[in-house]
Amino acid sequence: MVRKGADRQPEARAFRPGARRSLRRVGLVVSGVLTASLLAACGGGDSGPPTLTWYINPDVGNVDPTAGGQATLAKECSEASNGAYDMEVQLLPVDASAQREQLVRRLAAQDSSIDLMSLDPPFTAEFATAGFLAPVPEDKKQLFTQGVLDGAVEQATWEDDLVAVPFWANTQLLWYRKSVVEEAGLDMSKPVTWDQIIDAAVQTDTTVGVQANRYEGYSVWINALVEGGGGSIVENAEAGQDAKIALDTPAGREAAAIIQKLTESSAADPAISTAQETESLATFARPNGGFLVIWPYIFADPSTEGIRNDIGWTRYPRTVADQPSAPPLGGINLAVSSYSENQDLAYQAAQCITSAEHQKDYMLAAGNPAAKAVVYDDPEVRKAYPMADAIRDSIDVAAPRVPTPYWSDVSSALQRAFHSPNSVSAQTPAEAAQLITDVLQGRALL
Amino acid sequence: MATATTEAAAPAKAPDSDRSRGENRLGWKLAGPALAVMLAVTAWPILQAIYLSTFSYRLTDPDARSFVGLGNYVTVLTDSLWWRDFGVTVLLTAVTVVVELVIGFVFAMVMHRIIFGRGIIRTSILVPYGIITVVSAYSWQYAFSLDSGFVNSWFGFADFDWFGGFWSSFFVICLSEIWKTTPFISLLLLAGLAQVPEDMQEAAKVDGATAWQRLWKVTIPNMKGAILVAVLFRTLDAFRIFDNVFVMTGGANGTETLSLLVYRQIINRVEMGLGSAISVLLFLSVLLIAFSFVKLFRVDLATARGER
Repeated sequence: MVRKGADRQPEARAFRPGARRSLRRVGLVVSGVLTASLLAACGGGDSGPPTLTWYINPDVGNVDPTAGGQATLAKECSEASNGAYDMEVQLLPVDASAQREQLVRRLAAQDSSIDLMSLDPPFTAEFATAGFLAPVPEDKKQLFTQGVLDGAVEQATWEDDLVAVPFWANTQLLWYRKSVVEEAGLDMSKPVTWDQIIDAAVQTDTTVGVQANRYEGYSVWINALVEGGGGSIVENAEAGQDAKIALDTPAGREAAAIIQKLTESSAADPAISTAQETESLATFARPNGGFLVIWPYIFADPSTEGIRNDIGWTRYPRTVADQPSAPPLGGINLAVSSYSENQDLAYQAAQCITSAEHQKDYMLAAGNPAAKAVVYDDPEVRKAYPMADAIRDSIDVAAPRVPTPYWSDVSSALQRAFHSPNSVSAQTPAEAAQLITDVLQGRALL
Repeated sequence: MATATTEAAAPAKAPDSDRSRGENRLGWKLAGPALAVMLAVTAWPILQAIYLSTFSYRLTDPDARSFVGLGNYVTVLTDSLWWRDFGVTVLLTAVTVVVELVIGFVFAMVMHRIIFGRGIIRTSILVPYGIITVVSAYSWQYAFSLDSGFVNSWFGFADFDWFGGFWSSFFVICLSEIWKTTPFISLLLLAGLAQVPEDMQEAAKVDGATAWQRLWKVTIPNMKGAILVAVLFRTLDAFRIFDNVFVMTGGANGTETLSLLVYRQIINRVEMGLGSAISVLLFLSVLLIAFSFVKLFRVDLATARGER
């Protein structure tokens, strides 16, 4: 090594004058850039409109403002504000839990660079309890909820107070192959139960597609089953850590029985324990596909192209025969950070983004169902979504995942206890209730 | 050097001379600022973690914060998840350190003895160590994954899912860890090899010792200090493994390690109390490992630096 250094010395000496010259040049450029950016900074600070930063979840086009996604809405609203604000978007991770992680980390550090965020509704209660959400202005509350579907309002509400702005809402429908239903002789114009569709699938040698990998989607299914049985996984959610976990109840046991019945039958996908949305959709698209519970985006999905004429849809199946079902609810709320320096402007922007017109544009471009009822009557929307009425009605009656500030813990523990679906038995609800209680009270790790 | 210090230390038990007191003061003045910075950046967070670990405290539910004393430690130590993760971490540490020591020693010998292309060989052995762990973790994951990997098609594993079970995931994690950190060990061992006196080797050769005997009777005993220091550093490092597991499996299939457990409690669940308790326990484990190495094997850190 030393020898090499010695070799290089004359070389270095030979280059020195040139090096010095180029150094000087670099210095000039640097100082030039600095001056320019200083000037720009001064100019921006004095006369330009304040910049609002909106943390968006990935959608069509992500940060591309020409694709019709949230970035497009940000651009349009900035222009429509007549210079009141200028909105820029920041992209959150794809995974819902990772989105929450990033927002919590920033907000816990009181990061003032977040003004507006696209928030997954199950985490609304957690954010509200932590004081991360700026109060919704009283005079805007009615505006934000007027004509909005009940389910969408419910999941933006915590302790009887609107804490976020419903933007779009999602729900699961029961999708079926018309040919299979015909063969099984099932009348789909009447509400059907899980028992009925599993029996019909077994009888016709087809499958019932569900999401049961160890991830949030599995919690969505379990929650819908429990709610459909007239129960709720968490009672008195306001108690936070001391909330009562009501899984060892008739509704909880009914939910476990349905999972067990499906996994023990021939109607289950062999890879059910790793099935997420994509996998369950692939199961449904195969020749032996029969039934599937999933979000409405699948109708436009390329994998269903060949069977589109055979696909029918109806409301989510019932857990028990004598009670209406509780379809799963999803979507995105707009939340304003309490550490934002432009809270009023952020709520103004939220008002613009969630206008019926923008919700319609967004539904058509991004495929995410609107939160406002009126959008579903639009001829363009009805043409693109033949099942628009079914989606609207389903969102109206859907049950959100239990709003508790501890949902992410409840969900992880629920998944741990109920996974693998093949091992679910009559004891599972009691074990799950014990685990969730222990986790919430700090007696068990996750 | 060694004898000089011990001789100087012995009479120092008598009243200090002015000179040694002056030197002492100068020593404190020189080292003081560094010590203060060290305390600020390491001792303070450690104390903070110990303080936090006595609370039930969730960042997103600050009102529910309550003092629980040693309750969090009881929770952690009675939870089967902690012991499972502890076992996985110990296993990972043991496997990787042993394999790395053997391969690292071979590499060190190569780097020590090679005459032609010394720079090239040394550089190419050290390249993996220069790669960011997350990057190397992703490369290995892509190499072994079902959709983008070449390993299955090259070695005829058809559609075997490496990240589908514990042992296969564990194998890939170990492989990546070994590939990444063997150069570190061989670098430390190379320094040890350089300290083995060449005349001893020659004397052994003259006495008719075989290469194998020279290795076990001359080389290794003479670099025992360097070997133990290398093993100590790697053990402490391996015990805190995070990146590889986080990137490759995220802790699935029971491959979760202690660092990942801490991450999940603190970053994901924002349970500051419970997470801090695990961090403190992790810190104590590392301290225990270091202490037992120093005491049991009498590792002298000064030897590694060539001071003695």
